[in-house]
Amino acid sequence: MFDSEEVKKDFPLLSRRDVVYLDNAATTQKPKQVIEAVIDYYENHYSNVHRGIYTLSEEATDMYEKARENIARFVGLRDASSLVFVRNTTEALNLLSYSLGTRLESGDEILLTEMEHHSNIVPWQFLQSKGVRIRYAKLTESGLLDVDDLVSKINRRTKILSVSHVSNVLGSINPVKELCSYARDNGIVSIVDGAQAVPHMPVNVDEIGCDFYAFSGHKMLGPSGIGGLAGKPEALDELIPFMGGGEMIRTVTYESSTYADVPLKFEAGTPNVEGAVGLSAAVNYLRRLGMQNVKKHEMDLMQHILNLEDEMSIRNLRSYGPRDVTHRGGVYAFNIGNQPSFSVDDLSEDSTLARGAIHPHDIAAELNKRGIAVRSGHHCAMPLMGLLGLAATARASFYIYNGKSDVDLFMSALLEISRGL
Amino acid sequence: MNVGNEGFEEMILDHYRNPRNYGRIEHPTSAITEYNPVCGDALHFTVNIRNSRIEDIKFIGRGCSVSMAAASILTERVKGMEIHEVEQIREEVFLKSLGIYLGPVREKCALLSLNALKKIAGGKRDES
Ligand SMILES: Cc1ncc(COP(=O)(O)O)c(C=O)c1O
Repeated sequence: MFDSEEVKKDFPLLSRRDVVYLDNAATTQKPKQVIEAVIDYYENHYSNVHRGIYTLSEEATDMYEKARENIARFVGLRDASSLVFVRNTTEALNLLSYSLGTRLESGDEILLTEMEHHSNIVPWQFLQSKGVRIRYAKLTESGLLDVDDLVSKINRRTKILSVSHVSNVLGSINPVKELCSYARDNGIVSIVDGAQAVPHMPVNVDEIGCDFYAFSGHKMLGPSGIGGLAGKPEALDELIPFMGGGEMIRTVTYESSTYADVPLKFEAGTPNVEGAVGLSAAVNYLRRLGMQNVKKHEMDLMQHILNLEDEMSIRNLRSYGPRDVTHRGGVYAFNIGNQPSFSVDDLSEDSTLARGAIHPHDIAAELNKRGIAVRSGHHCAMPLMGLLGLAATARASFYIYNGKSDVDLFMSALLEISRGL
Repeated sequence: MNVGNEGFEEMILDHYRNPRNYGRIEHPTSAITEYNPVCGDALHFTVNIRNSRIEDIKFIGRGCSVSMAAASILTERVKGMEIHEVEQIREEVFLKSLGIYLGPVREKCALLSLNALKKIAGGKRDES
């Protein structure tokens, strides 16, 4: 097991005394190993890839492809060419919506869940204009996916199942392996949004058995602007390209083109080489800690915070998501008092500021005064907020460099704030 | 709120806890609901405009201290104003008058009410 205080020393930004960083579901800080890998590429090997027949370009190409191999191995892919570099999870899901969408017809159904991030909703809604229908599997009382409801919504028209591996609001961990096997049995294309999973737990895409798996580098110590779309070789092979241009072609005439093989078929234009190199260094860093340890560390922090919640009984504090930490990632969404969504009709004139409630923005601002960075808002999951009957929540989310002392600081600040404002 | 001047901070908290002109006008000449997409905050204004002048204004809403206080402060300021004067209120000037440093995200909270009133002044309103 690693020591988060030791880990912290690798992160230059975290030496700032005025920052306790608890917004890791949004993005993570970078260790010096990642920063140095990017600098090394810029200072010693920078050039374009797959093009030049000169030493520098060969070095850059080699670094880019080695990064692909390393990251592919990290997420359990047997074959590096099953990993397409994209900007982020959002781009991966848009690519899939675009390319798979061309196969869908009016009346076909796409099955999502009620806990999805906007990036796993909006791209699919683009397909509604051609008559495709989107359905949402329900959640249970405790905030877990209702698998029975999901299964009951599978029918002959269901063509795509796309689910998050871990919710960025509730932290709920979904049984994606089981879900993908239902999908397979019913001839449905399965997609997993792993943005909140790959950074926080061991993920083996081959074992999960999905057709496609998306993740973002910036949420796992890597640079922003680099992410992965992993897929089964044949599933990737069958997809039409998303963007056209250089790098993704085999031959081009004025009349038509033929395309490169996967993965380059999906990597039009000069790629984010420094991003790939940095993400590869991030993967090395995480591998050294051990993903099982990372998961255990976050589970311990979650358990600690839930224990403190019970012990401290902070007035009006409420939090969302499963209480059983074995089914939950390190995400803690909470409110002080009720934060119902606004309705012009049901606001009586004196029910103004629901007594004892503190708006999540005010909580975040008060925490910020104490150097603690948390998120407040709808966390790009407005439908889920609506379902919970909330306008917004505050959210603390943890990572490898957060220790129990950060949680203690955070909770005692909450106690103070709940008494104040 | 971020770092700021104590006196102004007091003013914001006072308006937050005791919003002025809170409520709704029964048969307003204009009404508008404005949302902040970042956080789901919402403000609903009802306004009586006669001879291009804001005779009365009330609001209800749900929001953070900054958005609620800014709305309260704004209703006090614009009552009696000509609507073209409302249209001319400059964002920077309004923000400055609140006296606290907000930062780019929370400035949106403070400007929610001003945006709503400018829409009313410019003739956009709810169906209601
Ligand atoms: C569950 C989930 N899916 C998708 C995304 C989108 O990630 P990105 O903004 O890196 O594309 C996020 C990030 O906020 C997320 O938490």
